[in-house]
Amino acid sequence: MSFSVTEPSSRQKWFAGTLVITYALITMIPLLWIMMTSFKTPPDSISYPPKVVYEPSLEGYVNLFTTRTRLSPEALAELPPPENFAEEIVRNRNMVIAGPSKFGGRFLNSVIIGFGSTFLSIFLGTLAAYAFSRFKIPLADDLLFFILSTRMMPPIAVAIPIFLMYRQLGLSDTHLGMILLYTAVNISLAVWLLKGFIDEIPREYEEAALIDGYTRFQAFYKVVLPQAATGIASTAIFCLIFAWNEYAFAVLLTSGTAQTAPAFIPTIIGVGGLDWPAIAAGATIFLLPVMIFTVLLRKHLLRGITFGAVRK
Amino acid sequence: MAEVILENLSKSYGKQKAVIDMNMTIEDGSFVVLLGPTGAGKTTTLRLISGLEKIDEGSVKIDGRVVNEEIPAQRDVAMVFQQYSLYPHLSVRNNLAFPLRSPILKTSKDEIKRKVDEVAEILQISHKLDNKATELSGGEMQRVSIGRALVRDPAIFLMDEPLSSLDARLRADLRIELKRIHHDLGSTLLYVTHDQIEAMTMASHVGVLQEGELVQFGSPREIYENPTSVYVAARLGSPRINLLPAAVFNDTPNDVHTLGLRPEHIAYGDGEDATVKRIEHLGDHTRLHLDFKGHAVTGLSPEGNPYTQGSTIKIKPVNPLCFNEAGNRITGRVA
Ligand SMILES: Nc1ncnc2c1ncn2[C@@H]1O[C@H](COP(=O)(O)OP(=O)(O)O)[C@@H](O)[C@H]1O
Ligand SMILES: [Mg+2]
Repeated sequence: MSFSVTEPSSRQKWFAGTLVITYALITMIPLLWIMMTSFKTPPDSISYPPKVVYEPSLEGYVNLFTTRTRLSPEALAELPPPENFAEEIVRNRNMVIAGPSKFGGRFLNSVIIGFGSTFLSIFLGTLAAYAFSRFKIPLADDLLFFILSTRMMPPIAVAIPIFLMYRQLGLSDTHLGMILLYTAVNISLAVWLLKGFIDEIPREYEEAALIDGYTRFQAFYKVVLPQAATGIASTAIFCLIFAWNEYAFAVLLTSGTAQTAPAFIPTIIGVGGLDWPAIAAGATIFLLPVMIFTVLLRKHLLRGITFGAVRK
Repeated sequence: MAEVILENLSKSYGKQKAVIDMNMTIEDGSFVVLLGPTGAGKTTTLRLISGLEKIDEGSVKIDGRVVNEEIPAQRDVAMVFQQYSLYPHLSVRNNLAFPLRSPILKTSKDEIKRKVDEVAEILQISHKLDNKATELSGGEMQRVSIGRALVRDPAIFLMDEPLSSLDARLRADLRIELKRIHHDLGSTLLYVTHDQIEAMTMASHVGVLQEGELVQFGSPREIYENPTSVYVAARLGSPRINLLPAAVFNDTPNDVHTLGLRPEHIAYGDGEDATVKRIEHLGDHTRLHLDFKGHAVTGLSPEGNPYTQGSTIKIKPVNPLCFNEAGNRITGRVA
């Protein structure tokens, strides 16, 4: 038997593994519950004791994306046979599909605002972080502290001034307004995180590029950016998660055109009681973009999340 | 290929003076080696010429034009950094091609391939061209850094201790290769090193830096045979020059404070007694470590080494270098 200082023993590995899996299971249970509920029928979703084994149904998803009207059994009987599965599910409840719901549009708003503000935060944050990292800026430390200080109170504390300001500027319930707001909140995080990552990139790389015949901007673009990819990816995920999940400002500032999914989902009310499967279906679909984004950037994230502690 | 002239060049970092009032002419096609201990200002000099550092005072002229205000790209210089600085996200091939693809050179694809292959051949890294830069050993990385300079044909090559991280064998190979490239291309080189073999074998001129000042500039022979100070004398020569207080020898002139004895300044079999402390056989020559009136003296044993450890032999200085109290050279003779 040989002992190693760096390699954990199999018992340690087993213990660590169990711990991580237990933690993962605990945090996954609510998610799992939401996903399970989204595939239940409304009666199954409120049955007591809760059903763990049930016949899956797409009713929640159909209800999420449609509006429906109730018809009398006689009127229903006169209709031609249902054209698709959605129609069939709805008819079983004595209803017909009246049209699409607002969910699709609200979801699209979330995508535009979430990804738009993430892009803007990263774009501005990277440039600012690069400048703070590389150039002699007068009062750089004070400026950085000032940037961070914007996060020293919860953003919602300034909700009323922002609400009034947005009304004056005509930014209420607009995509641009929400993008600017989320960017303003995220930018301090972006600058600080990205500055850490860029500080880690040796200046010699850019200096070599300068000598190799490139301008500073070209050196930034060709040498610094690819190396900061890890940092940019993890910062982007943090920014996206905030903008994607933000609820309070969304409720306060949006009601129609620019309403995001988090503000919309709780307003889904079924006929005769809350339509839990539809709400759960909304939540499930809502989770997907962040999950896909994170999985796509996973490779970078795993290295980047250590905040530059491990390099090379 | 161009002449580079430094005029009254100065640079400070805060209070720390890194380069002080430096004047130097690097002739077209010359191979100038900068010598000096760590902190002497060698790297700063290269950075001022390349434009990575802003000039405080004085000027840098490349090919007749003052380049003080030009960005590095406009100055047409190539530089090999002291620490390797390969682009980690690129393959070796793309690292080598990087300068050729710059907006200034805009080389054609075929030409890039031809040059990269040629340089890779010279530096013995052809088999690694498709590796990522991070998958190389330290020595290979440094060779690629050198290669990134060699693919170009700049006004001047600036090299900051490029061979110091290589093993002895490769260093010897590349020394010869660099000398050959310099000879074939007729390029101008400013080369920083600690290694005196590199200085002696490659340089057409040697500049010695002391705390930011250029204290002597001349051919390697001149620097070796005619150093103007103790400091310069100690930069070249292996084993190092022996520095002895003048008082250990009789009848030295009064103003002489220190005597500098290189191994060839020591004659054996005549003069005063010294004890052989240690004998080092180095293959092609043998070093004698002597104790002479309480001072350590290192010399080269004559062919065949007739001495043994512990024996007493007579030594006598022959035309040693004389220095005054301030460490400056006095051209006088000891009887
Ligand atoms: N970026 C810098 N900031 C502050 N001081 C520096 C900087 N670069 C060099 N120096 C100082 O300038 C002097 C010369 O340094 P350098 O040119 O690197 O010497 P060398 O290359 O001969 O070892 C040293 O005293 C060093 O500490
Ligand atoms: Mg140096």
